[in-house]
Amino acid sequence: MSGSTATFDLIVVGAGIVGASCADAASAEGMRVAIVEPGPIGGGATAAAMGHLVAMDDDPAELALASYSLGLWESFADLKEAEFSRCGTLWVARDDRELAAAAARIARLKAADRDARLLDAASLHELEPALVQGLAGGMLVEREAVVYPPRVANHLVRRAQSRGTRLFAGRRAQALYRGGVQLDDDTRLGGPVLVATGCALPDLLPMLPMRARKGHLVITDRYPGLIRHQLLELGYADSAHGDADSSVAFNVQPRPTGQILIGSSREFQANDASVSPSMVQRMLERSFAFVPRLRGLQALRVWTGFRPTTPDGRPYLGAVPGAVDQWVAAGHEGLGVTTALGSAKLMIDLIQGRRPAIDPAPYSPWRMAA
Amino acid sequence: MREHYDVLVAGAGPAGLAAAQAAVSHGARVGLLDMQARPGGQVWRHDVRLPAAPAARQAIEALQGVKLLARHSVVTAEPSALRVETPTGSDLLSFGSLVLATGARELLLPFPGWTLPGVTGAGGLQALAKQGWPVAGKRVVIGGSGPLLLAAADTLRKHGAHVLGMHEQASAATVRSFAWQLRRWPARAAQAAGLRLRLAGVPYRCGSFVREAIGGDAVRGAVIETPHGTRQVECDLLAVGYGLVPNTELAALLGCALDEADAHPRVRVDALLRTSVANIHAAGEACGIGGLAVARIEGAMAGHMAAGDVAAASALLPRRDRERRFGALLARHFTLDPRLRELADERTLVCRCEDVALGALAGYDDARAAKLATRCGMGACQGRICGTALAELGRFPRGGARPPIFPARLATLAGLADFSPDDARRGNRP
Amino acid sequence: MSAMVRLTVNGQAVEVPAGASVAAAVAHATQRFRRSVHDAPRAPLCGMGVCFECRVSVDGVVHVRACLTPAGEGMQVITDA
Repeated sequence: MSGSTATFDLIVVGAGIVGASCADAASAEGMRVAIVEPGPIGGGATAAAMGHLVAMDDDPAELALASYSLGLWESFADLKEAEFSRCGTLWVARDDRELAAAAARIARLKAADRDARLLDAASLHELEPALVQGLAGGMLVEREAVVYPPRVANHLVRRAQSRGTRLFAGRRAQALYRGGVQLDDDTRLGGPVLVATGCALPDLLPMLPMRARKGHLVITDRYPGLIRHQLLELGYADSAHGDADSSVAFNVQPRPTGQILIGSSREFQANDASVSPSMVQRMLERSFAFVPRLRGLQALRVWTGFRPTTPDGRPYLGAVPGAVDQWVAAGHEGLGVTTALGSAKLMIDLIQGRRPAIDPAPYSPWRMAA
Repeated sequence: MREHYDVLVAGAGPAGLAAAQAAVSHGARVGLLDMQARPGGQVWRHDVRLPAAPAARQAIEALQGVKLLARHSVVTAEPSALRVETPTGSDLLSFGSLVLATGARELLLPFPGWTLPGVTGAGGLQALAKQGWPVAGKRVVIGGSGPLLLAAADTLRKHGAHVLGMHEQASAATVRSFAWQLRRWPARAAQAAGLRLRLAGVPYRCGSFVREAIGGDAVRGAVIETPHGTRQVECDLLAVGYGLVPNTELAALLGCALDEADAHPRVRVDALLRTSVANIHAAGEACGIGGLAVARIEGAMAGHMAAGDVAAASALLPRRDRERRFGALLARHFTLDPRLRELADERTLVCRCEDVALGALAGYDDARAAKLATRCGMGACQGRICGTALAELGRFPRGGARPPIFPARLATLAGLADFSPDDARRGNRP
Repeated sequence: MSAMVRLTVNGQAVEVPAGASVAAAVAHATQRFRRSVHDAPRAPLCGMGVCFECRVSVDGVVHVRACLTPAGEGMQVITDA
């Protein structure tokens, strides 16, 4: 193969949920697509993720992208591989101050066409009897769901392959060059390149800052019915969007299997993937404070993952500053699964010279070049 | 709660018992932990009806001064400490040095029908019978490979089972050659002869293996492949095990290097049983299957080493090397017939926790990719059964060990010392 | 013969020798310990705490490995199959 160059309309580097979505969207338009992935499909942040489809409202641009994307996720509701479960999101208020802030959030979500409603303490406990007594109330977002991200990524890649997309599995993109990408076996692929490598973005595009933000998750054996909704504390956004070196937040999810997935932790400056007993302890103590019954459940596995995090928390979606035919879709932090489908549509619109359904300006990588 | 031991021994089988005894003889403060309720491990497992073997009784009686930590399951490791779960809470056990005597488990290979109730491992049914599992009057077919088949048959018969036959996959010629080599280990030869005498009248078929278990809600019979063709027998219990596999999860969690030359990893140790991690020694089956005598000698060596007496450990080296040669003999003679790797068909479940069929794994050459796509290995056994079987089948090696190395209560992972059973009960009722 | 321990399995009274496991007690009442995720009956395989096929509910606590748990006087064991 050395020396020869196959050409494509788009070369997607990275087959996480974002890259897989981009390849799927491009191939759906008849583009000739290549995907380059050194590891398992969806084997990075996608596999480590909770798979919660959730609109966060604290940044209008983030909300617009999430809202757009959540609409696209509806077409996966009946797909077996997606393991789509519409459990809804229940945000829990510890006190009246948090509950009061929820009212403003409901208004912001409604403005983005996302339905949410306020719950008093009694209705909160009726919906989730396992929650500790004494909580102030909550906010319910009924239409939100959870999926199983690595299988969705697999499905998207296979669907793209069925339309002629070529998967370069086990191959790493070594370098970008003008007009294409060079793989680690010296194969060259010619054509526009879309880099969707998440935390590994600096390997190919060092001018775009990216930090890896480590997280831990614990999954239990099966306890069907114990938890019914994805549960989060209303203070979650402080942990998710704060810049503390480490933080934990109550974030518990019922899997369709009856298993319970428990998060969440966030750490900068933690670059090895090993499980940190002290972070797991902090995270679990937080979850016990909201759902005391969790203490007795059997944990089967603990794992870690890394969220690709940009300096301002928004993903890079658009043309690579100063380059020709190089595109980037990366840096979705904890919302990569939620916003993957919308990100992909937006990217393909930009690449094809069309006007995207939502304003792409807030996500433009040029903001780093300014 | 944090407890400190000069020497902590993980596993109270023959190796762990010998290690604890050796370490305590030097005046060390010794803790001996095991997941089971009683010491003895697998080979010396307590029998609710039959008296213990004299050697087992002596080894257990010699534990004066050793803190026995029964029903302690290691969950995670911290620097120089193990987090353990007990029925009522969890402890952090810190150690000056650690002896890994984690033993072995049975190699269980998938075949059609192997998920039916009544199908067990060979050592598995032996262990269950010792725990009081009712086998009296039951028709039992035993299959698999190695000396464990005879030991299992012996125990089951003493518990009143009607053992219809033992089906050894190795050929008659190989078994004869093994018996001939055994003359160099007179004690073992005598033991084997005694066993065969007690099992006189129970057919021992070589070159023969269980192809399929038959039944609806429980096993009713077995299809057996013999050198003279296929035949079917009715039975109430079917016990099939293909030898042993070292338990290396704890060693891996602690960062000890494993020897991964074969399908199943073993803990890498030097001549004096030092692992690649300072202050951690390993002994017995975890370092490679060698049998009871190896476990006892290596256990004593590791106990001496852990207590700092290199000379006492070195003195045992010649005996240890001689006994290790027996392990090599076993491995050489009871290598598995390649046909055993073809028993499972596309529909045969490989992952019993998540009900994943072998056919679902087509196209995956990596344990993690297969797990992400099919859930294979995601269940409570953490891939101990399916991952080990798939490694033996030559599909892909089992993934690495991550904490918790056994499922554990969330309270334990959160470091809570005490655990109220009420919490567990409440946990189950929405 | 040692002392006996009395417990119930799915409401049925069972008597086993002291030191026997919950797994042994269950086997006196039923061969079906748990239902697999695809609803097939399962029973112990390994007998030594590794395979998790013997999980039952003991005194209201689910997912307990019957083979590792000594039978106790008055225990209430419930199987899932």
